[in-house]
Amino acid sequence: MAADSGFLNLDLLALSPPGWGGVLLAGFAASLQLAVGGYALGLVIGVAGAFGKLYGGPILRDLLEIYTTVIRAVPELVLILLLYYAGTDAVNALLVMVGLPRVDISGLAAGIFVIGVVQGAYSTEVLRGAINAIPSGQIEAARSYGMSPFKTLRRITLPAMLPYAIPGLSNLWLIATKDTALLAVVGFSELTLVTRQAAGSTKAYMLFYCTAGVMYLTLTLVSNQVIARIERRARRGIAGPV
Amino acid sequence: MKQIVKAAFVAAAVTTAGFTGAMAEEVKVGVAAEPYPPFTSPDASGKWVGWEVEFMEAICAEAKLDCVITPVAWDGIIPALTSEKIDMIVGSMSITEERLKTIDFSDKYYNTPTGIIGAKGDDFEATPEGLSGKILGVQVSTIHADYADKYFGETADEIKQYQTQDEVNQDLAAGRLDAVQADAIALDAFLKSDAGACCELKGNVADDPAILGAGVGVGLRKGDTELKDKINAAIAAIRANGTYEEFSKKYFDFDIYGG
Amino acid sequence: MSDTKVTMPAYVPPPPRRLLEPHRIFLLAVFAAIVFCVVWFMRWDWLPKYQWKLIEGIGETLFLLFSTAAVGFLLALPLGLVQVTGPWPLAWLARGFCTLIRGTPLLLQLWLLYYGLGSVFAQYPEIRQSELWPYLRQAWPYGFTALMLSFAAYEGEVMRGAFAGVPRGELEAARAFGMGRFTMFRRIWLPRAFYRALPTLSGETVLQLKSTPLVATITVVDVYAVISRVRQDTYLTYEPLLLLALIYMCLTGILVLLFRFLENRIPSRGA
Repeated sequence: MAADSGFLNLDLLALSPPGWGGVLLAGFAASLQLAVGGYALGLVIGVAGAFGKLYGGPILRDLLEIYTTVIRAVPELVLILLLYYAGTDAVNALLVMVGLPRVDISGLAAGIFVIGVVQGAYSTEVLRGAINAIPSGQIEAARSYGMSPFKTLRRITLPAMLPYAIPGLSNLWLIATKDTALLAVVGFSELTLVTRQAAGSTKAYMLFYCTAGVMYLTLTLVSNQVIARIERRARRGIAGPV
Repeated sequence: MKQIVKAAFVAAAVTTAGFTGAMAEEVKVGVAAEPYPPFTSPDASGKWVGWEVEFMEAICAEAKLDCVITPVAWDGIIPALTSEKIDMIVGSMSITEERLKTIDFSDKYYNTPTGIIGAKGDDFEATPEGLSGKILGVQVSTIHADYADKYFGETADEIKQYQTQDEVNQDLAAGRLDAVQADAIALDAFLKSDAGACCELKGNVADDPAILGAGVGVGLRKGDTELKDKINAAIAAIRANGTYEEFSKKYFDFDIYGG
Repeated sequence: MSDTKVTMPAYVPPPPRRLLEPHRIFLLAVFAAIVFCVVWFMRWDWLPKYQWKLIEGIGETLFLLFSTAAVGFLLALPLGLVQVTGPWPLAWLARGFCTLIRGTPLLLQLWLLYYGLGSVFAQYPEIRQSELWPYLRQAWPYGFTALMLSFAAYEGEVMRGAFAGVPRGELEAARAFGMGRFTMFRRIWLPRAFYRALPTLSGETVLQLKSTPLVATITVVDVYAVISRVRQDTYLTYEPLLLLALIYMCLTGILVLLFRFLENRIPSRGA
C-alpha cells in the first residue's frame, strides 16, 4: 500500500521543485489573468451591447439579440472550442483585410477573447436590465439640463444603474473565475490543467485536485467579501433594499 | 458578427502585451499538454522534459530556429497547427495516410511498436480473440484508437477513449479497464513506474502499416516547405554527427530510431 | 416641453416589434445566404454515417440532464429547508455544501470524483470485490453524481430563498387552523415555496444542459463526445462544432418552450 503517495504527502505541494506548489501558483495566476481580462472585455462588450440594444437601430438590435441568444443557449465548452480556433483565424483574416501583417496571438489573448465574448452576452443582459431600472425621470432631467448624451452616460446613467447591476455583475465575475477552468480542455495552462498534469505525473490525484479546489474556493470567498463591500458603497443614498 | 468583430478589436487592444509580434523568427512547437513519459512531460518546475524535448532542442539548434514549446490539448493539436496557433508538432505523432490528407510530416525520427498491457494474473493475448469481452482503453485521436476500432471493435466489450494517455493508464491501474493499447515504449515507462506495478505487457499487436503508419515524424502545415526542408536537414545532421545517439542513450538501451 | 429649449429629443420607447419588418426580411435573406454557404461550401458528407450515434448521444445527454435535474431538485428541497429552519449544525452543513460546490469549477469536481476516486481504487484492491464494483467501474455514475450535486447546490440556494420568502402570515394562519408542523409543511409551505421557485427552474435546467458536455472528459459518450469523435475521424474543425452548437440551441429552445408551457398550466395565485 503506497500510503505516502496518497493524500498526506504534503511535500508534493512545496513551492520549489520537487514540490509542485510553484506550478500550481503559476497556473492560478494564469487563471486570474484570464478571469480579469475576460471579465473586463465582457464588461466593455456588455456596456456597448446594452446601449446598442436600448438605443441602437433595428438591425443592430436584432444582431445583438442573436448574439446574446446564441451565446446563452450553447454550452461554454463548445463556444470555447469554436472561438479558440475560429477567433484567431477571424482576427488574422481581418488584419489581412485591412492590409496589416498577420500576428501571432498568444494562448492568453485567445483565452481572454473567448471568455470575454461569452461574458459579454451575459453582461449585456445584466446591464440592459439595470439601465431599464433607472427611473426615466432621472435621465429626462439630465437631458432637460442640456447634458450631452455622453455626459448623461458618465454622470447619470452609469452611476445610477450600478446598484441594480452589481448583483448580476458580481455573479458574472464568479462565473468568469470558474469558466477559466474550461480552457483546460484546449490545453491552456491554467490552474485546472496544471493540476491535472501534476496529478498525472505524481499519481497523487486526490491531493492535487483538493488543493486546486481550495484555491478556487478561496478566490470565491475573497471575491464575496470584496463584492459585499462594493455593494455597500454603491448603495449609499438608496433607502432600503433595492 | 459585428459584435464579434468589435470584440476582436477590443481583445487586440486589451491584450497587446500578449502579442509577440511577427518579426522575431520564432517557431512555436506544439506538444501535447499532458504527461507522456519518457517523451514529453512537465516537471515540478513547470519545464518540459523528456527524450522528445531533447530531440526538439537538438534539431532547433541544428536548424538555428528559435523554438518555443507551446502545450496544446492533444485532441486539438492538428486544428491548432492548421489555424497557426503552433508551427510544428513534436508529439510522438505517427505518419499516417489519414493525417497526410490534412497536414504534412518531416522524415521519421523514431519508431515504436504498438503494445497492449493488462493486469497481472489476467492472461490474454494481444489479438482480436484475446480481447473478446474486455474493456479496452485508448487515447483519442491516436493511431491506437483507429486500430482498436478496426480490429477489436467487434470482439471487445467496449472501447473507451480518453483525452490523455496518462488517464488511460490511471484507469487501468484503478481496474476500470482490462487492457490498454498504446505505443510500446511509452507503455514500458508506465509499467516500470510504481503505478504500473499492477500490470504487464500482453504483447504487441499485428502490424497494419495503413493505420499504424511508418514511424513518428514532426507534424507540419501543408505548404510550409521551407520549415520542412530545414527540419529534414536537421534530423539527418543530428543522426550523422552522433547527437541523436548521445541524448537517446540517456533514455533507452536500444536503438529507438528503428530499422 | 414646447416652450423650453430641448437640445435632444426625449427618449421614445421603440414601437412594439413585429416579426416581419422590412429590415428583418433583409436580415433573414442574409441569414439564408450564410446558411446556404455553410451547407454548400463546408463538408457534411460524414453526417449519414454518424446520424445514429448522434441520436444516441442526444439521448444520453437528455437522460443525464433530466435524471440529474430531478434527483438534484429533490436534494435541493432539504438543502434549502434546513438553511431556513433547521438546527444550526445542519444549516451550517448545508450552507457549507452549497458554498463548496458553487465556489469551485464543475470540471474540477468531475475530475476529482472520477480520477481522484480512481486513484483510491488503485490503492485498495479490496473495493474491486465489493458488490458495487460493476457500477463503480463505469463512468456515468461519476458524471451523474457530479452533475446532480451541482444542480442540488445551485437549486438549494434558490429553494432557501423560496422557503424564506413565503409570507409568515400564511404559516401563522395554517397554525391557527390547528395544522401540525408536518401538515403545514406539506400543504402550505412546500407548495408555496415551489411556486416561487418555479420560474428559476427553467433557467437552472438550461444551465444544467450546458454543463452536461463536461462528462465527455471522463469517457461518458454524450452528444458532445460523438461530435469529438467525428472531429477526430474527419479532421474537420468547424463543421461538427457548428452542428453541435445548433443541436444545443435546439435543445435549449425546446426546454424553454416546455417550461413556458408547464408554467402556464400551473395556476399561479399571485405567487
